[in-house]
Amino acid sequence: MKQFINKFYYGDIPESNSGNSIISTESKTDWPLWEVFLRSKQGLDHKHTGSLHAANAQMAIENARDVYTRRMEGVSIWVVESKNIHASNPDESESLYDPSNDKIYRHASFYQLPDELKHM
Amino acid sequence: MNKPIIDYLLHLADNSLILGQRNAEWCGHGPILEQDIAITNISLDLIGQSRSFYQYAAQLKNDNTTEDSLAFFRTEREFKNFLLLEQPNGDWAQTILKQFFFSSFQFLLFQQLQKNSDETLAAIAEKSLKEISYHLRWSSEWVERLGDGTEESRNRILNAVNNLWRFTGELFIPAAYETELGIELNSIKENWQEKINEIFKNATLPILSNVFFQTGGKTGNHTEQLGFILTELQYMQRTFPGCEW
Amino acid sequence: MSALKEEEIFLKKIEEETKIEPKDWMPEAYRKTNIRQISQHAHSEIVGTLPEGNWIGRAPSLKRKLILLAKIQDEAGHGLYLYSACETLGITREETINDLHSGKAKYASIFNYPTLTWADIGAIGWLVDGAAIMNQVMLTRTSYGPYARAMVKICKEESFHQRQGFESLLVLSKGTTEQQQMCQDAINRWWWPALMMFGPKDSESTNSDQSMKWKIKRKSNDELRQNFVDMIAEQIKFLGMKLPDDKLKWNNKKKQYDWGEINWEEFWNVIKGNGPCNFERVAARKKAWENGEWVRQAAVAHSNKSKTK
Repeated sequence: MKQFINKFYYGDIPESNSGNSIISTESKTDWPLWEVFLRSKQGLDHKHTGSLHAANAQMAIENARDVYTRRMEGVSIWVVESKNIHASNPDESESLYDPSNDKIYRHASFYQLPDELKHM
Repeated sequence: MNKPIIDYLLHLADNSLILGQRNAEWCGHGPILEQDIAITNISLDLIGQSRSFYQYAAQLKNDNTTEDSLAFFRTEREFKNFLLLEQPNGDWAQTILKQFFFSSFQFLLFQQLQKNSDETLAAIAEKSLKEISYHLRWSSEWVERLGDGTEESRNRILNAVNNLWRFTGELFIPAAYETELGIELNSIKENWQEKINEIFKNATLPILSNVFFQTGGKTGNHTEQLGFILTELQYMQRTFPGCEW
Repeated sequence: MSALKEEEIFLKKIEEETKIEPKDWMPEAYRKTNIRQISQHAHSEIVGTLPEGNWIGRAPSLKRKLILLAKIQDEAGHGLYLYSACETLGITREETINDLHSGKAKYASIFNYPTLTWADIGAIGWLVDGAAIMNQVMLTRTSYGPYARAMVKICKEESFHQRQGFESLLVLSKGTTEQQQMCQDAINRWWWPALMMFGPKDSESTNSDQSMKWKIKRKSNDELRQNFVDMIAEQIKFLGMKLPDDKLKWNNKKKQYDWGEINWEEFWNVIKGNGPCNFERVAARKKAWENGEWVRQAAVAHSNKSKTK
């Protein structure tokens, strides 16, 4: 039987109760996992594009360049070691996101303005 | 007899092709997927460079010569690449060191070439420099990692230094066609040595002295390795001459 | 939350076509099925670099050499995307790779056939990548988010693979007699193994049923295989070559091709490990991994030293 390890991934929960000793002891051969974020062109946000293994940040950036920008997909790269990403817990998604459903006054389309008034 | 510029273009093209062909041997066999992809990238860059040089040489020859006839129908004695580049990949350490020696040389040379009065040659050099800067950074980092990594990696890169150092002298001894074209290798030699010193220092590796340098590649006197490379490289064209692929 | 409630939520998401994301609750069997399928898929990409890699050194022109290198490099990249997707399910790449090396994990059997001539490279692009794309396009809509996203990236990049294969065969088909024979011979050898890539018949497939319910798979093996036959039977006309199947014939009633029978004995035999190259393929991957160990160690050691400096 395969033993499933609760590892740190994007979407993982705070460090104290995630991961376990098998992974957090530093391995002699395994390179840590990094998340890669690419800016596809100037003016756009960096967007998560995948992950890879690298021995350090510099190597992660170079590997990201080789792996994720083979077709000019990016002009800027961020890498973050996966274990450093903290994320919300999906079980709490209702309490986190549903309350904004009924706050339609936050959207521009909520406000009726005269047609003559263009571009607002 | 070729004009010096053609011999020189062939020399540059052969360098890139032979190392590209060697690096491609790693494709599918690298030490980790990410680095497999990295060295394949370098191989692609190098073979791409060789095409630019062959194409330009073919254009200057202005007969039926093509990039492919230059790559596939010249013999061992006509190839002008450095002896260094035809050496076997060996382990990752030897491959890395070969790349590092060559990239640091290429980086300096192409800086000079991008100011060459021959505009096409200058343009190819300028375009290639972007790729070479990356090769140099990548290989320098690996030399440092292996030199100052584990005991095993250190032994392996030391072994590679012992194997390959003797092929580095040739880089700076001008062939007749280089002299005629006014390619200046003395200043490159100094800067190259400086770069090697810097990276070897970071890698805690010794600089070898009193090594006898092997030469001949630039003028077609090769090691036994080249024949095997060409056998593989040229197999299809030699077996089925005159075909379109 | 009770397990029952969680399962209901999970099934509702599947029903509503909402993707399942890594930290969402999922049935253990769903996780395992995805791990198995994604890692098999990743292994296939990686092992698949070997038969094609054979021909990089011998590619007949510099242009073809670059195309082939770039294609194989893409495949290594695809393997990496897929290993990454697999890692979101709580299994490390190393574990996954160990399963490949121990023979526990499977990969596409097609890569256990040898590449004997240059034409095989074209045939692989056209037939093998062609068959793979049918699966992959379907998988861009698979229910597990990271897998679906990896497939979108892969499909975008794969489009050139099949085209370059076909184009390379097209050149052979217009070439000398020797080239034409080489082309037909490669098609003869790769056609049936390509059909086998879609897996066992629906009536015998053990994994398909549940996978369809969970929307991991969205079309059955036989459905995809038939689509493939219909597509290739038309495309081959442009090559002026023949598929090695006497029974291949357009059925006007069914609006699809009728065709012969796969040699299922061969199919199971190759899966069991008795294909022409099973031994060599796994051995080559193991060797690369083992020879790379000191390299990976050195990088970790050096990185640790730099941290303390």
